[in-house]
Order: sequence, then structure tokens, then C-alpha cells
Amino acid sequence: MENSPAVAELRADRPSYLRHHFQSVEQQADASNFAMWLFLLTELMFFGGLFTAYLIYRNWYFAAFVAGSHQLNVIWGTLNTVVLILSSFTMAMGVWCAETARKSGLVLCLILTFILGLCFLGIKSVEYTEKFEKHHVPGQHYSLSSFLYPDTDEAATAAGDKPLPLDMARHTEVYFSLYFAMTGMHALHMIIGIGILVFMIVRARAGAYTVGHVTFVENFGLYWHFVDIVWIYLFALLYLISRH
Amino acid sequence: MSTDTLVTPPEQSAPTIPEVNYLTKEYGLRSWLLTGDHKRIAILYLISLSFFFCIGGTMAGLIRLQLLTPHADLMSSDTYNKVFTMHGVIMVFLFLVPSVPATLGNFLIPMMIGARDLALPKINLLSWYLYVIGGILVLYTMISGGVDTGWTFTTPLSTHYVNTNVLSTCLAVFIAGFSSILTGLNFLITIHKMRAPGMTWFRLPLFVWAHYAASVQMVLATPVVAIAITLLMLERMIGIGIFDPTKGGDPLLFQHLFWFYSHPAVYIMILPGMGVISEVVSTFSRKRVFGYTAVAFSSVAIAVFGFFVWAHHMFIMGISNYAVLVFSLLTMLVAVPSAIKIFNWAFTLYKGSITFEAPMLYAFGFMGLFTIGGMSGVFLGSAGTDIHLTETYFIVAHFHFVMVGGMLMAFLSGIHFWWSKVTGRMYSEKMSQMAAVVTFIGFNLTFFPQFVLGMLGMPRRYASYPPEFQALNILSTAGASILGAGYLLAAFSLLWSLKYGAVAGNNPWRATGLEWQTQSPPLTENFTEAPIMDHEAYDYAWLERQNSRDEVPHGE
Amino acid sequence: MNHISPIIWQFIVKWMTRFPLFPPEASKIAPEMDALFFFMVAVSLVGLAAVILLIIAFSLRYNKKRHPVAEQIEGSTLLESIWTFIPLVLFLMMWAWGAWLYFRIYTPPPNAMNIYVVGKQWMWKVEHPGGQHEINTLHIPAGRSVQLTLISQDVFHSFSVPAFRVKREVIPGRYTTVWFEATAPGTYDLFCTQYCGTNHSYMNGKVIVMVPADYAKWLASSTSGTSLAQNGERLFASLNCAACHNSRPDARGPNLVGVYGSRLTLSTGERITADEAYLRQAILNPSQHITQGYAPIMPTYQGQINEDGVIALLEFIKNLNSDYRIQQTLTTTELLPDNKGNASQTKTTPESLGLVKP
Repeated sequence: MENSPAVAELRADRPSYLRHHFQSVEQQADASNFAMWLFLLTELMFFGGLFTAYLIYRNWYFAAFVAGSHQLNVIWGTLNTVVLILSSFTMAMGVWCAETARKSGLVLCLILTFILGLCFLGIKSVEYTEKFEKHHVPGQHYSLSSFLYPDTDEAATAAGDKPLPLDMARHTEVYFSLYFAMTGMHALHMIIGIGILVFMIVRARAGAYTVGHVTFVENFGLYWHFVDIVWIYLFALLYLISRH
Repeated sequence: MSTDTLVTPPEQSAPTIPEVNYLTKEYGLRSWLLTGDHKRIAILYLISLSFFFCIGGTMAGLIRLQLLTPHADLMSSDTYNKVFTMHGVIMVFLFLVPSVPATLGNFLIPMMIGARDLALPKINLLSWYLYVIGGILVLYTMISGGVDTGWTFTTPLSTHYVNTNVLSTCLAVFIAGFSSILTGLNFLITIHKMRAPGMTWFRLPLFVWAHYAASVQMVLATPVVAIAITLLMLERMIGIGIFDPTKGGDPLLFQHLFWFYSHPAVYIMILPGMGVISEVVSTFSRKRVFGYTAVAFSSVAIAVFGFFVWAHHMFIMGISNYAVLVFSLLTMLVAVPSAIKIFNWAFTLYKGSITFEAPMLYAFGFMGLFTIGGMSGVFLGSAGTDIHLTETYFIVAHFHFVMVGGMLMAFLSGIHFWWSKVTGRMYSEKMSQMAAVVTFIGFNLTFFPQFVLGMLGMPRRYASYPPEFQALNILSTAGASILGAGYLLAAFSLLWSLKYGAVAGNNPWRATGLEWQTQSPPLTENFTEAPIMDHEAYDYAWLERQNSRDEVPHGE
Repeated sequence: MNHISPIIWQFIVKWMTRFPLFPPEASKIAPEMDALFFFMVAVSLVGLAAVILLIIAFSLRYNKKRHPVAEQIEGSTLLESIWTFIPLVLFLMMWAWGAWLYFRIYTPPPNAMNIYVVGKQWMWKVEHPGGQHEINTLHIPAGRSVQLTLISQDVFHSFSVPAFRVKREVIPGRYTTVWFEATAPGTYDLFCTQYCGTNHSYMNGKVIVMVPADYAKWLASSTSGTSLAQNGERLFASLNCAACHNSRPDARGPNLVGVYGSRLTLSTGERITADEAYLRQAILNPSQHITQGYAPIMPTYQGQINEDGVIALLEFIKNLNSDYRIQQTLTTTELLPDNKGNASQTKTTPESLGLVKP
């Protein structure tokens, strides 16, 4: 029920986690849940701009996008996807533990999610380092040689890429701009999520989430799942262009 | 200083300001800077907004002084470019977008729906801090040399061709944008989940409907400008090439991303003002708003349609003719709900019992000036005339009519209307009425000549112009000085009242909203017990029964 | 008073011409645009009058002293329909009329003469096909359709001639076009209306409309000696385009004779018309615009020629109605010392940019 009947808010038996401006626990849980869904909607709009740019440029410069995508390591990318999906699973388990008041289970699940999140970021930093070393970071030091001379480049040879004409090779910089912008934004959201996980682990150990007030964990779960879903789209769109 | 400061005597249930209220609950800077009380946050916003408005207004004054003469006599081109950019950035992002929602919306929405606070008080406070940080970054930009890209940050000018403080300005706008998103988020959750028992959707005041519609836009559109600005910053900092034609990027992509927000932004700016007008016109005609459902739905219609018209800012930029056809059509459609509202407000006056206090005078000003501004928008929405009129002073006149003649007047109307609720005191009616009239006259003198200038072809953002345009520019500057005087008078009247204004009592206007059934200023928790909404919105008959029964109103 | 005294009339005329409310109508489309504009002004005045009259009338009639008790009225579906329907119809009329005008302003007639304009911070470079070059001035004949093909070398600009009621954004990286037919000889203002940096306010000029006889004289006296097409031919030769683009049966590139305006099928299967925009892209970003049946071997000339060079090449290609001039360029290049079938030094190869194989 959206609006509970009018009750005296200053009853002594109001639970401590019920904020003063809410009439009931249900209203508070409902409101914070709605808040998280709305926030995720804003995040969708935020990433949406990047997806729109991707759509347009991929349509225009398909060959450059293929060549750029072949430069990414599918093994690392798949590993990251598996890691994140696993972390979503552990997170979902954590929510269940909170709802069924299993404190140690909750703490374990949160720690696992945290570790998996760190794994993801670790793999991402390995990938970013490789891109930096190969001069595929857009800007002053961007190098076209992997695309003009694919036989000198491992990844391009493995994918069987032919040399790109110079003008199309220049457009690979747009691909990498989108790669870094999209995965970078995503990584930023992961870092924020991991930070909140640390906070949650500490609070969970103190028993904050297993006394009937699980909204924080549930809402964080929503956020984590959203970050996971965005990654799955990014993986498909960035890593898997024209792979045979 | 006399007691005769009202046209009608107030309903007084207490001749003095109540001792316990949200202002006196706690004292000290910490209690203000760490507050969760939506009313205190609204006051914090009001102070910071006024501060930035003064800076933006000073920029406007400098612009008009420069344009007194055809040559760049007062400021060099570079300086002028920085001045109008700052004027735009401050006025749009630091004043107009937050104005009514962050002050009046924050203060009133929980009270209007019978709640004790917004759904997320800490997020509300965070929202204000983000605004302040954005503002500080803008101040930093100003003192460290300014930025001269225009508030629209057109690429590739802003990415590769200026060496001013684009980054700090973009960061400021990014952060202020999050302030806006969080405010909108808060409003949506509050309106959905925290209405008092009996407060159905169609019993909500139209002020709440307007803020609901604006909040939907805040939440959905602002993230897109965030990403546009992020990409702009990346392009400027490291040259990623996403908007650079030599690298395969497309500068028009930035235009699409930027205007996808910036068009809904103008509805974010105006809808809350329209909400204010609904309340004011109803109260001062003693009548329910004519066509309540139509006004409520037209707010939502504006919010929805507002998302589909952004490319009308790009009609001459080489987009396809067929795209122009579609966007022009949608622009015409989005104009209709605004027309509906104007007529509904006008007919609210029909068979009413009308008085002419300052809020009502500002509301009348709004109705006339917004009609002109809105109609000039139709001139621009029609693709053929847009070709001649776009990028000239016609555009400048158009948006100043709707934003200053419309939104700012609505803001002043609302501030005056709810001043008694916020502070417990009445402003000086005579001074404020005079301020309203002076503002109206000054405004018309300032901006109407600009329509003519635009038709004559004077381009915008010109530090110096051909001499044949001088006469109209002088007229415009003269009007600006009168306009400025009007604002100063209004501010003086309000500030004067803090010390010398008459005590207002609960409901000096005998208005119907739930917020008027509490003490002025309200308690921190708004209501001592949750109100039950058992009557329709704008139910003056209910109000009469309340007063005749001499029942102690809620919250006493 | 049956007539206005001549003195007062003089004063009125002087006042009206000294304080115009709209610019001179100097093009064919200007009166048509003004007609729509004044229709909108009329509708706005009527609407505004309606609103103001309603407010004033109701305020006077129903003010508190005269009407102390308000009558609660819910609404009226009839009135709502009226003030929804009437504005909607009026706005739709304006939409349709404006759209029709818009299409006409941005769809040049087929016989329009073309003049190129390159905008850069902070000047307009006007290039006539006959080889006349102007800065911040545009000479055109009255009574002829003139199309402008516009491009920017740096940031967004906007080419605006209020007297003609035309304006078009000038964008880096792509051509935009606008056309007009000037009707009245005279000198008219040209403004840049898209903020483009420090001297945006000074990026102005004049459009000088001349009667055709005077215009012909001006063309003859201001030519630089070579037409744009001749400059283009020179570039074509020095860039050795004819190595691939000749009319031999085994040519590596498509024949350019008569290509302008023709329908082409690209390697992607797409059918396009080879207009200026296509030709420019084919020179600067060839790998996306390969004609069907040809290998994607054309190198890019981005960075090798500027917008003026592209325009010159375009003019050359547009004027090719036989391959005689192409053959001429082959003859000329055969005299160049390096030509034993080796790549010319002037095209943009990775090597020439220092991008060597690692």
C-alpha cells in the first residue's frame, strides 16, 4: 500500500532505522527502492549518449571498428564478463542472506562480490596497460601502425586483418575514444560500487542489515546488477565486432 | 512601517510569530550547514541563488552598457565574449534551472502533499552542496580569466580554438547538473510515495503537478548533457577526436547531445514557474483553477513532447530537410499545451473575486509576457522564418521574454506569495506592487526592441555592431536600467519586511493548500499529526467551512 | 483633415525610412518570407489581444469590490476544445507554410550558378568558378539564381544576408549550401551569425548585387587569370590523379568524365548521386566511398590539400565533359622527373607522414 494509515509517528516502538519523515517501514523501503530504480534510469540516460555515439560511428566507420575491436583481447573480456556475472550471483545471494537474516552468509557474499569486483578492475588495468603500451590511447601518442601494418601486430594477425587505408585507419581513434569513454565510465561506476561494498561489509559485520532492514543491500544489489548489465552490452559491442 | 500593508486583512490566528518554528528550532551554523530540513535547505538555496543572480545580473548590465555604442568601447571583444558567456552560464545553470524547484519546490512540496520532509533529506542537502561547488567553480573560472565559448560550448571552438577556462566551467556545469538530477529524483519519489492519506493525484495542487513534470525532465535529460560535457572535456584535454572532423568525428554530434538536454532544460525552467502561476491566480481570484485536469495534463504533455524537439536549435546546421519537417511539426505541437494553460488561467478569473496584490500583478505580467515569448517561439519553430530569425537578436528576445518575462516574474510572484509562510512576515505591499509595475515596464522596454533588431538582422553575441542598430540598442539599455531598479525595489521590499513587516499569521491570503493550514513559519516537522486530505484541491468552500468552524488548523 | 500636410508627410517618410522595422527585400524569397512573418505577427497580435482583453475585462468586471463572491467553475470541455483546436490549426498552418519555404530556400534550382565560400576565423573567402577571389565581399548578378557552397576551415560560422532572408551554418568537415536570387541591385550586409571566437563581431562583409552587364564587367576585371577549374587541373596533375583516373580500359580508378551529378553504385551496394559532398569525401576519406567494381586502393589526401584545394579539384571535375584535359595532365606529368611508374611524392602515404613499418 502506498500510503499507510495515519499513525502517530513518535511511538516508542518505531524501529531505529525508520527515519522520522516516513510513516512506516514499508513506506521507507518503497521510497528508497523507487529511488534506486529512478537513479538507474538516469544512469541509463547517461550511458545512452555514449551508445548513441557508438551507433553512429560504427555505422560510418565499420572497417575501423572491426580493426579496433580485433585489438581487444577476447579472453580477458570473456573472463571479465564471467567475473562480473559471478559477482552478480554472489550479490544476489547476499541479498537473500540479508533477507533471511544470515549474517555470516551475507558478509561472505559481500566479501566475494568485493573480491570479484577487484578482479574485474585488475583485468581491466592489465588491458588498459596493454593499450597504453601499444599506443592505442587516443590523443597525442596515438599510433596507427597496428592498422596500417597488421602483420607487425599480433592481435591483428591473429584476427586475419588486412591493412586499412590511411583515412580509415585514422578513424580507429574514434573507436578507441569510445572504448575508453565507455569502459572508463563503467570502471568508475565499479570503483564507486566497490567502495560502497567496503562500507557495507563493515556494517554487515556489525549486524546492520540482518535485523529486518535490508533495503540498503537490496538497492545496492540493483545498482550492482545494473553495472553488470552495462558491461555485458559493452562486451558485446566493443569486443565482439566481426569475430569469426 | 504602518500596519496597512495589505489590501485585504490577513486571517490571524496568532498575532505574533510562533516561538517554535523551523527557524528557531536550532541555532548555529552547523545546524544550518548540516540540516536535513527541506525548509532550511530551501533557504540556503535562496541565498546562494540570489548571490549568483546578482553576479549574472551584473554581467547583463555590462552587456547592455557595452551595447550602448556600436563599437567595442567599454570592453574589448575578448572581454565581452567572456562576459556574455558568464551571463549565460550563471543565469541558465546557476539560476534558472534551480530557481523555483530548489527554493519554493523544496520548501513547499512536502507541505503541499502532507509529508514531513522530502523522501531523501540527506540527498537534498547533498544537492545544495553540489550546487555550491558548481558555483565556486564558476567563480574560480571568472577570477582566473574567464571563458569565452558561449554557454552553448559549441565544438570545435570550445575544444580546439580557445585557450580560456573551458574545463573548469564544464566541470562546474557537470556538478551543478548532478545537483539538478538529485533534486528531481527527490521530488519524484516524494510525490509518488509520500502523499498523505486521501491525497490522490487529482487532488494535488497544480504546483506539484508542474514540479512532477519538470522533475521527470530533470532526471531523464540532465545525464545526457553530463555525457556531452564529459566527452567535450576529454576531447579538449587529450584530443580523443570524437567531435573532430579531421579524425573522423562529427561536431554535429555534440550539438545533438547538447541540445537533447538543453531543450528540455527550458521546460525544466518554465514548468515550475507555471505551477506558481496556477496557485497565485487561483488564490487571488478565490476560485479553483479553470480546467484543472487540462492544466495538469498539459504540464505532463509539455514534459513529454519537450524531449522530441531538440533539433529545432539546429535547423540551419545542415540536418536533413525531412528531419527539419518532423522537428518543426513537433515544435508546433509542444506549443499547444502552453497556450491551453494561458487560456485556462485567464478563465480562472471569470466570475472570480479578484484582488491585485503583488503576486497577482507578477502573475498578470507573466501571462502577457509569456504569451509574447511563446508566440515568438512559434516564429522560430516554423522552419522558413527560422532561417532568417535564428542566431539574431530575435532569439535573444524570445528566450528573455519566456525566461525573464516569464520565469523570473513567476519566481518573484511565488517568492512574494509564499514569503509569509517562509518568514512569518508580510512584505510591503505598496513597494512590491510598484516593483512589479516597474519591472514590467522596464522589461518590455529592454527586450521588445530586440525583436525588431533581430528581424533587421543584428546577429547575437556581437561586441560591436553596425551603427544603424544603435537607436534600438540604446532603448534596450535604457529599459535594462529600469528593469534593474524594479528588481532592487522588490529585493528591498522583501528584505525590509524581515525586520519591519507585519506578522502574517497562518493564512494571510486565505488560500486552500495544505501548507496554508499550518503556522507561519512552519514547524520543522511541518505537521504535528499527518493530515488527511478529504477535499479537492482549491476547495474554497472547504476553506470557508474551516474558518467558520474556527477549527484549530493543522500544525498549530 | 483630408490630407496630411506635406511637411508632416515628409517627416513621417523620413522617420519610417530612418527607423526601418525590417531589412530591405532584396531577393525573390524575401517577400515570401515576409508574408509568412507578417501573418505570424498578425496571429500573435490577435492572440495577445485576446489574452490581454480577457485579463483586463475579467479583472475589471470581477474584481473583489464588484464581485465579492467567486463562483466555483470546474471547467468547460467546449472552451478547452476551442483553445486547443484553434491554436493547433494556426500553428499547423505556420508549420506547413514554413516548411514549404524552408524546402524552397534550401533546394537550389538546377540552373543555379555556384560560388564557393570558405569561412575561417575571422573572414569569408569567396571563390568564383571563373577565378575571381574575394575576401569579405560577394559580387553577384541580379536576376540569376546563385547557389553558395559553404565550408569552414576551422570552427562553426554562419553566413547570413538579412536582406535576402537567407542564412546557413558553415561547418568544418562538410559542405552546406544555400541559394537565392537577388532582385534589387545594391549593397547589402553580410554577417557571421554563429559565435566563432574573438573577432566574431568583425566577421562581416558586403554582398554587392549588380545588374548583369556590370557584373560581367566586374568578372572580367577581377579575375586572377586562372579559373578554379584550371587551378584544379594543376592540382590534379601535381597529385598525379590521372595515374588511376584516366579513361584507359584497365584504369585502376573510375573515369571522372561526367561523373559529377551522375548516379554511382558504391562497393557497399548503396546508390548515390556524385555531388560536391560525395566528391569531397571521395578525395579525403576514400575508403568509405569506393565505386563498385574498383579495388579500395585510393589513398587519402587529407592533410595534403586544404579546402581551397578541394574546391579547385571539384571545379575541375565538374567541368570535365571529355577526357581531353585528363590526357593533358598525363602529358604534363610525364615530364616530371620522377615518373617511371613510381608513386608521386605528393600523395599522402603513411610513409610520407613518417608512419613507417615498425
